[in-house]
Amino acid sequence: MEIVVLLKQVPATESIVRIADDGVSIKTDDIKWVINPYDELAVEEALRIKEAQGGKVTILSVGTDKTVEAIRTALAMGADEGVLINDPQTQGCDALGIARILAAVLKDIPYDLIIAGQRAVDDDNYQVGTAVAEFLSIPNISMVIKEEIADGKIKCHRSIEGGTVVLEAPLPVLFTTQRGLNEPRYASLPGIMKAKKKPLDTKTLADIGLDSSKVGDAITKINVMQLPPEREGGRIVEGETAQEKVTELVRALHEEAKVI
Amino acid sequence: MSQGVLAIAEQVDGVFRKVTYEALSEGKRIAGSLGCDLTAVVLGSDVENISKGLGKYGADRILVADNTALKEYMTDAYTNVIADIIGKENPAVVILGATAVQGRDLSASLSARLNAPLAMECVEIRVENDKLIATRPMYGGKIMSEVALEGKPRIVATRPNAMAVAESAGAGSIEQLDVDTGKTVLQFVEKKMETGKIELTEADVVVSGGRGMGGSDYSVVEKLAELLGGAVGASRSAVDEGWRPHSDQVGQTGKVVSPNLYIASGISGAIQHLAGMSSSKVIVAINKDSEAPIFSKADFGIVGDLFEVLPLVTEEIKKLKG
Repeated sequence: MEIVVLLKQVPATESIVRIADDGVSIKTDDIKWVINPYDELAVEEALRIKEAQGGKVTILSVGTDKTVEAIRTALAMGADEGVLINDPQTQGCDALGIARILAAVLKDIPYDLIIAGQRAVDDDNYQVGTAVAEFLSIPNISMVIKEEIADGKIKCHRSIEGGTVVLEAPLPVLFTTQRGLNEPRYASLPGIMKAKKKPLDTKTLADIGLDSSKVGDAITKINVMQLPPEREGGRIVEGETAQEKVTELVRALHEEAKVI
Repeated sequence: MSQGVLAIAEQVDGVFRKVTYEALSEGKRIAGSLGCDLTAVVLGSDVENISKGLGKYGADRILVADNTALKEYMTDAYTNVIADIIGKENPAVVILGATAVQGRDLSASLSARLNAPLAMECVEIRVENDKLIATRPMYGGKIMSEVALEGKPRIVATRPNAMAVAESAGAGSIEQLDVDTGKTVLQFVEKKMETGKIELTEADVVVSGGRGMGGSDYSVVEKLAELLGGAVGASRSAVDEGWRPHSDQVGQTGKVVSPNLYIASGISGAIQHLAGMSSSKVIVAINKDSEAPIFSKADFGIVGDLFEVLPLVTEEIKKLKG
């Protein structure tokens, strides 16, 4: 089983995000960078499938020099190879642009299964995995919390509002992850040592046959970033007893805020 | 930009999701700014009867693709059918609700198929000269970004609960479409729905419990949520402890909610949780620790034991409701 995991490096969710001077990106100096949490689920699931069925796990990412760390972490968890597309022209890409790059790389990598996070927790686009499947003309199943592979087919449990849907499709398939799929392992010390020697191929857009002057043309373009309106800390409802506080709270919710 | 707005409805088992009315209402508003018509599209099986109701939300035309193969949302069949409809209708704007069951998946797939710009989870949309500008959260809501969409059609997926539902008159004339689902490989196996559960992202009231719950007994939270017709949420640590299912998690790695009323009980207010609920209209926090960061975001705070306070709140609201 040849499995490719689409991985993005993102700011850790505990990061405080500040807007950079250009107004359309964030300040990166104090950021702790991690594997996108949903992609971590993808790495873990790929490793479990490989352990059960044999095969190879390739990590594919579009990023910068820093992204090497994230790929090495995935290799330390147990993935076999990494491919990083590192080209300044990718900076201006929108989600479709990134998906187009990934699809172009995947023309030269064999795969039976592609696993991606449902979304990256920075851009929150929910777009790249699905778009890659569309560009490759393979089935896409999003928000997967359980999968079973047998006889060249995959059965996926999709988490939807208020329930679950089970779908089946012949491989190759791309699916995206939802929390609940698994608990990602930590990289072991021997894993970290081994990862240093695993192949990590870095390529530019030209290397994969894309015209770098066109790839960065976003059709969904960020004009400006703003911080959401700051919520004012409201009042602490005072009272001698819990009952007094609650009476006052319910009165305020009913009469002032008018939400109950 | 003047060839109409196309709103894609979303129904599950013959019932439209609330976000469908939100998307239609917003679509009508955009159509008004552009001086064009709003066309609704409904895909499903046995959906003609329910489709008539969409005229009430401003649909001038209602295109109905009634086909047993469209009973359940399937990415490939739905993308094929709607891409065909878009090809024929040539709309300037396509609007739909950004849901897990259909809208996020479908919008991403259509965007790739049609090389069309997409703004996911929009909370505000405006027409500026010939441009469509959408405001959407990034970083789990820590940042709001304004994005400009260039190309055609411009696809906007609206975040549930973000757009107001407004009734307005539309002719609502039904047109039955004869559709071809095209090449499909995804097979539907089964669907399991939890009956009566209110979806977190669509709920008007969310009552959440965090680490302070101390275990999986959420009955005090559930009782208050039930009384208010709301949904139960949880913090990441409560989900990590296994006290609640992943589908209940509110925060940057869970669901982002914006109900009218959010009650956080026993939740300290980690930044990744705050990102997921800060756009709620009114926030109430109940926590033993008066220093908990959640109080800095809450409109009303009670310092106290949630196991004492929540049942009292439930009783007090019962009295109010008579």
